[in-house]
Amino acid sequence: MAQMQEEDNYIIKASGLVKKFGFKTVLRKIDLSLKKGDFLALFGPNGAGKTTLIQILCSLMRPTSGNVWIAGFDAEYDREALHKVIGVVSHNTFLYNNLSAYENLKFYGIMYRVMNLRERIEEVMGLVGLRGYMNDHVQTFSRGMQQRLSVARAIIHDPLIFFLDEPFTGLDQHGVEDFKQILKKFRDQGKTIVMTSHDLDRGLELCTQAAILKSGNLVYKEDVSKITQDDFKEIYFKLTGEQTLPV
Amino acid sequence: MTFIQKVWAIVWKDITSELRTKEMLLSMCLFSFLVLIVFNFAFDTGLKNLRENISGILWVAFIFSGLMGLGRSFGVERDKGTLYGLLLCPISPWGIYLGKMIGTFIFMTIMEIFTLSIFTVLYNINVIPFLLPLGLIIFLGTLGFATIGTVFSAMSATTKARDVMLSILVFPISAPMIIALVKATGIILWGGAIQETYSWLKILIAFDLVFLLLAYLTFGFIIEE
Repeated sequence: MAQMQEEDNYIIKASGLVKKFGFKTVLRKIDLSLKKGDFLALFGPNGAGKTTLIQILCSLMRPTSGNVWIAGFDAEYDREALHKVIGVVSHNTFLYNNLSAYENLKFYGIMYRVMNLRERIEEVMGLVGLRGYMNDHVQTFSRGMQQRLSVARAIIHDPLIFFLDEPFTGLDQHGVEDFKQILKKFRDQGKTIVMTSHDLDRGLELCTQAAILKSGNLVYKEDVSKITQDDFKEIYFKLTGEQTLPV
Repeated sequence: MTFIQKVWAIVWKDITSELRTKEMLLSMCLFSFLVLIVFNFAFDTGLKNLRENISGILWVAFIFSGLMGLGRSFGVERDKGTLYGLLLCPISPWGIYLGKMIGTFIFMTIMEIFTLSIFTVLYNINVIPFLLPLGLIIFLGTLGFATIGTVFSAMSATTKARDVMLSILVFPISAPMIIALVKATGIILWGGAIQETYSWLKILIAFDLVFLLLAYLTFGFIIEE
């Protein structure tokens, strides 16, 4: 088992990540290091490689070259152990429509070996504001409710690290505010979070670090305490060549 | 124990999900029923040469109906975007394979019980006296078909012409198994002793073991990306 060096204090470390699909290079030599408690918001125009980077970091996809270590686990060789410490929320909810909310969480809870599962399900359902919908089938849920349940699914095993790929997709304003509160809570608990977003304001409001990905290159990464939102937006537009806020 | 619990969770999830809609089971049973009906009208079941080859009709119904279920095994996960959720769970690809394969095996068995019941009525064959040896052959055949089919279902789930691709992949590989199944079933249906089927049973057992081993060794690579 290849383990991250002890002297490295990073919970997420990626080095020299390259991803090619045929002749198309999607990621070009990405180096990324995050410490415990960091909240990185990853911005970039469509096709910049944000989702591919997230998929490689959570070991859903192998890089063409380069290495990833998550919490000391090599993403290539220690996938099973790595999956125990991460939670993933994307625009895809990973929920089974024909099962109830409780059954979905029960399934994922068993897969993650969650102790006192019934109590934990009630706890996370309360956290995402769906306690009254435990026995309702997912197919009867609105898109926003499904996304909330997806968050409950991702936190059922209390992971150390969250990977969020456009997590606000489909959420109404109330859902966005609730989800932001959940993220703030995780951030304050010292969880490490990597989030891709199109929304600069929302991302910058929550994160401790902001990065910009353009055409597969990590062109900017900075601690948000060192830069104002307006300055970051100016840098974003300059680096990406976009004239308006990404949608 | 944990591994078994996780595998069972996948099986439970698939069965619960299917029992809510019954889409796959109904299609499989209806298709096998139609196959039996068509053959029943097409041929005079009283003819001696047909009676000797009637096991072929049974296995055509089993395998073509089973293929409908196989296509959905990973296809549904891919279509509904839940495959990534499954792959993100801390379970080995082998565990995912076993869960899916056992689910397919159970669905096929339900369809086969239904088909066999219709078969006995339409073709006027009393299977009760040789239910045990026949059950053993059907068990080995279903296991083999689910073993191969689950691998190819995962492989073809990413392709656009999923169902066509699945047939193209599964039938050539399972041809030796299908021949052994038809021969062994024929011997049993016409009063032969189980000992007469040993050579065919050996092929079936070897086939099941080889493909289980191959699935164990290769499924991780197949399911990736």
